[in-house]
Amino acid sequence: MTGRPTSSHITLRVNGAARQLDVDNRTTLLDALREHLGLAGAKKGCDHGQCGACTVLLDGRRANACLLFAVAVQHVAITTIEGLADNGTLHPMQHAFVEFDGFQCGYCTPGQICSSVAMLDEVAAGWPSAVTGDVAATEIVLDAAEIRERMSGNICRCGAYLNIVAAIQEVAP
Amino acid sequence: MDFLYARSWDEALAAKAERPDAVPISGGTDLMVDLNFDRRRPDALLDLNGVEEFTRWERVNGHVRIGAAVPFTRIINEIGSLVPGLAIASRTVGSPQIRNRGTLGGNLATASPAGDALPPLMVADATVEVGSVRGERTVPVREFFTGPKRSVLEPDELIRAVLVPVADGPQQFAKVGTRNAMVISVCSFALALHPARRTVAGCIGSAGPTVLPTPDAEQYLEAELADRRLWDSRAELDEAVATRFGELAGAHARPIDDVRGTADYRRHAVAVLARRTLQWTWTEYRRAQR
Amino acid sequence: MSVPTTQRPTGTETATGRLGDITLLPDGIPKVTGDFAYSSDLWMDDMLWGVTLRSPHPRARVRSIDIGAALATAGVTAVLTHEDVPGSKYYGLEIADQPVLAVDEVRYTGEPVAIVAADHPETARRAAAKIVVDYEVLDPITDSRAAMSPDSPLVHATPTQDHYPGGGNILRHVRIRRGDPTLTADVVVTGEYDVGMQDQAFLGPESGLAVPAEDGGVDLFIATQWLHVDQRQVAESLGLPEDKVRLSLAGVGGAFGAREDVSMQIHACLLALRTNKPIKMVYSREESFYGHVHRHPATMRYEHGANRDGTLVYVKCEVVLDGGAYASSSPAVVSNAASFAVGPYNCDNVLIDGYILYTNNPPCGAMRGFGAVQVCFGHESQMDKLAAALGIDPVELRIHNAMAEGSLMPTGQVVEGAAPVAELLRRVKDAPLPAAAPTDSYDLRALPGGVSNTTHGEGVRRGVGYAVGFKNVGYSEGFDDFSTARVRLEVVGGELVATVHTAAAEVGQGLITVMAQIARTELGVEQVINQPADTSIGTAGSTSASRQTYCTGGAVQAACEAVRDGILAMASARGLSVEGAALRDGKIVAADGAAVASVADLLGEEIVEETREFHHRPTEPLTRDLGAPGDIGQGAAHLQFAFAAHRVVADVDVELGLVRLVEVTTAQDVGKALNPLSVVGQIQGGTTQGIGLALMEEIQVKDGKIRNPSFTDYLIPTILDTPPMQVQVLELGDPHAPYGLRGVGEPPTISSTPAVVSALRAATGRPLTRVPVRPEHITGT
Repeated sequence: MTGRPTSSHITLRVNGAARQLDVDNRTTLLDALREHLGLAGAKKGCDHGQCGACTVLLDGRRANACLLFAVAVQHVAITTIEGLADNGTLHPMQHAFVEFDGFQCGYCTPGQICSSVAMLDEVAAGWPSAVTGDVAATEIVLDAAEIRERMSGNICRCGAYLNIVAAIQEVAP
Repeated sequence: MDFLYARSWDEALAAKAERPDAVPISGGTDLMVDLNFDRRRPDALLDLNGVEEFTRWERVNGHVRIGAAVPFTRIINEIGSLVPGLAIASRTVGSPQIRNRGTLGGNLATASPAGDALPPLMVADATVEVGSVRGERTVPVREFFTGPKRSVLEPDELIRAVLVPVADGPQQFAKVGTRNAMVISVCSFALALHPARRTVAGCIGSAGPTVLPTPDAEQYLEAELADRRLWDSRAELDEAVATRFGELAGAHARPIDDVRGTADYRRHAVAVLARRTLQWTWTEYRRAQR
Repeated sequence: MSVPTTQRPTGTETATGRLGDITLLPDGIPKVTGDFAYSSDLWMDDMLWGVTLRSPHPRARVRSIDIGAALATAGVTAVLTHEDVPGSKYYGLEIADQPVLAVDEVRYTGEPVAIVAADHPETARRAAAKIVVDYEVLDPITDSRAAMSPDSPLVHATPTQDHYPGGGNILRHVRIRRGDPTLTADVVVTGEYDVGMQDQAFLGPESGLAVPAEDGGVDLFIATQWLHVDQRQVAESLGLPEDKVRLSLAGVGGAFGAREDVSMQIHACLLALRTNKPIKMVYSREESFYGHVHRHPATMRYEHGANRDGTLVYVKCEVVLDGGAYASSSPAVVSNAASFAVGPYNCDNVLIDGYILYTNNPPCGAMRGFGAVQVCFGHESQMDKLAAALGIDPVELRIHNAMAEGSLMPTGQVVEGAAPVAELLRRVKDAPLPAAAPTDSYDLRALPGGVSNTTHGEGVRRGVGYAVGFKNVGYSEGFDDFSTARVRLEVVGGELVATVHTAAAEVGQGLITVMAQIARTELGVEQVINQPADTSIGTAGSTSASRQTYCTGGAVQAACEAVRDGILAMASARGLSVEGAALRDGKIVAADGAAVASVADLLGEEIVEETREFHHRPTEPLTRDLGAPGDIGQGAAHLQFAFAAHRVVADVDVELGLVRLVEVTTAQDVGKALNPLSVVGQIQGGTTQGIGLALMEEIQVKDGKIRNPSFTDYLIPTILDTPPMQVQVLELGDPHAPYGLRGVGEPPTISSTPAVVSALRAATGRPLTRVPVRPEHITGT
């Protein structure tokens, strides 16, 4: 280790607002959200992208906030679970998770919901299915099997998966 | 830790020349794991997310030139039919979230034998464009790795793009993991048929210090295909030939026992994957005639 | 007292629903908006961060600890060792054998040695790395069977406490003898079975916030399963009276047994009192693997003797559990393992020896299923083996021997109430089977290996397997197991409001929903507020042993009844006739259904508040001396038994050893489903954790060191490893239990594991005697 860790003054665009903060360059986006911006909705479950509890959206695409440096994401629009509700009205996916009991302890839930919201956008954008060996197949049938496939990056240790699928099916077009 | 930014290839090279200790970072899906677990404490990072050309791909002279930072998701979505082996492998990388961020440049630079994209790049005869302020060079992927997590990259060099020949025949990739999603490879195998050259290429992932080509298996199969005139007849491939090919491929594995699997299992599984991927590619080759 | 600025985890949210209604969770909205405050989300502006220095060795003498350099680090406020523990230097659930901070010896890799407080977690971590510990490294004792030998070195040279028959490294030896196990039988099958070390792997790692108080005490906001047992241990180690150590439940990110023991509770409080600042501690995932107890690994030897018709003549079982370095709840776990070693079957001649050993492996303790999980894999594997030896259908063999109401346990205890073992098995067997896989096309998503593209159908065989299991609900062996509830009824803003207060830990299982349902049902109110759980009220006991709805539900019911009696007494005092009346829809309703009075009108400004304890029926310790007929290990040790059966359909790639579960069918008697939604959720979730143990979950320990302390290599089921499930819920009612309910949470975790393995055996023909089953066990390579 040579020299002291350096820090940066950065601006993050989170949930539609520009937020300024000073961070150590080592700070992950997840820690910046949780410890600097008071947005504790994204959760820390594994520290290395293997549980999905920290899933947030970067320009609408899902990513693990624990695998991003805060200083490196100043150019994108960040959406967290706190940014999904519209003026106090739950996002349809949030509502469906409550209605279909899509969680128990709830620790994975912010990540599951962010992930599923982005997943529906990916489907709408025509991202292909893994349904066959043909990687270029374009037809997408968003049934339970396909939802499972596309939600495989979010662990739920309580095992509420079946209800998570039901909740997403409710919102899916 | 210093955080350096680059907005162009030239800026990136200049930064890397000035700070060869700076670790390049793009998707971060490999590097951040090491940092979060405190296995590495680099003095500086070089953020390549601002270099727009890294995120482009283009068709060039029968190749797809894939920028070092094109995420796996886009490889699957946008060029899957041009580089099917690579796309099938890309589909097995981590999770949807990881595939949105992870890149070929990262897989190459990390040089882990478990890098899922590496075996298909090997069998497709891809080349890596690397550069430094001293100049640019291309390195065949087959010559890129020098040992576990080691490559020919010089401290001042960066990966710019990967040139992957557009598939000239069927390609396959298969990966064993002990879970049905989001799993690191226990072992994997990539196979490409090159009907125009009448050659085949196989490569083993995650069962040796680096990804491993399978020349004995390739030579055996090429001889069988030639002797039996199968390239022309497109007749069925004897299961015995496929099995022998698998055994010879498995013999190239140099696995160890670790938490993910035993050496014996890996050798066995590579043989099974090689046999199966051969039959899949051969079936596709036969169908392509009709 | 200072209160952290973040929102409290449970509060005024309400939902509607009476007992038996499908009722949504009152904490659902904050959980989907990200506002629900888990213990790791708590924050105070002037707080410091605590970190733990842990032993890198499984067994070593501590010669000296030099904290000088650490303490001199800028930003560091305190560095503490065992010398700074003012009260008891040892703690434990039953046996206080675990050092708060290592004293003279470390006994497992990861044992806490020193703690550091600093203004930033990274500063604290770097300071901890500067602490110099001089270890004399010793050879670790890591093989539990070898540790049984009288010649083995001792993990605890002078055990702090040993009130169980044991000796040496044997922490407890449970002997159960009934009938005549020397009988001979037509058919005898023997088997040896192993269970790996499973981790609870709750998603929210250990964390909490300790806040020093002006009275010299401390307030601790903590994710735990049992506030009061933490309070006792923290107070003892701090040398404070219990009323100066006040605990409040913070949001709990899963528990599954791993939060029954103290982790960072004492450490955070020590640092808070030393620095006079709030201390936040949060474990990383890697540290979490060292920070809590795991499910005991087991080795089991079985011998079953049966008549030609399948009737069990005798069962002999020896189960050896590796307890690791400290006792935790091991004595109770091995008691359970012995009690349930035969499974839910009638057998009059049993010989069972359960051993639990101290070793230098990671400490093991409570995990969902608590001893019954390990032996269920053993006895169900044996039943499959016996069925094959007899040529009898494995389900029919089980039904033939199935326990029923009035059956005798190996302990001689009479099984009271419904014991629908045969019916549960019939139900899962009679459920329609899923369609066969198509042969003319393939869908990677449905195949073993999935999108990893390992098979297009080659080598895939389907297997169907069955298992049934059971365990006790509530604490056993004479423990006075009880809960406390306070219920208040008042008029707020013109509306009748009931407030329920307990110290019971909601860990995601849905208890607060059920408590509100009980209050609504008993008091006829719509508005029910769950007051946050804390130690300002008496203990609720642990959120474990599938007991919380039984015990705390029972306490809330009792308190509601007392409140109702108070209301009726008020009415009576005002001359109203309330003989046989109840409270419904805000009114006092006479026995004939006529409304007598509005409760709100009656109450006016008055408040009726009652506190009640609910003690479940007493149980007996197992006998430890030979009784008159030569029996031992006898007694009505358990309160209630809960049963579940599973059928698993699995597709197995027999060449690669990869598995895709096609479907799980399960049937369980829950007595009475107070909230059907949560009941099904518990059954699905418990089943999933059993699938994990069957197929992938194992902490791999070599030479006393964990080799895979990360979610990269400790794999837990993803959504793609969790198949569709058919869940059949029976409500047969237990006349002794509140509302007739039967504990729900654990049974699904018990029988799902052996059912998965049974399906794999059917598909592969391999014996598969160890879980988790690894690919190389299936391929034989």
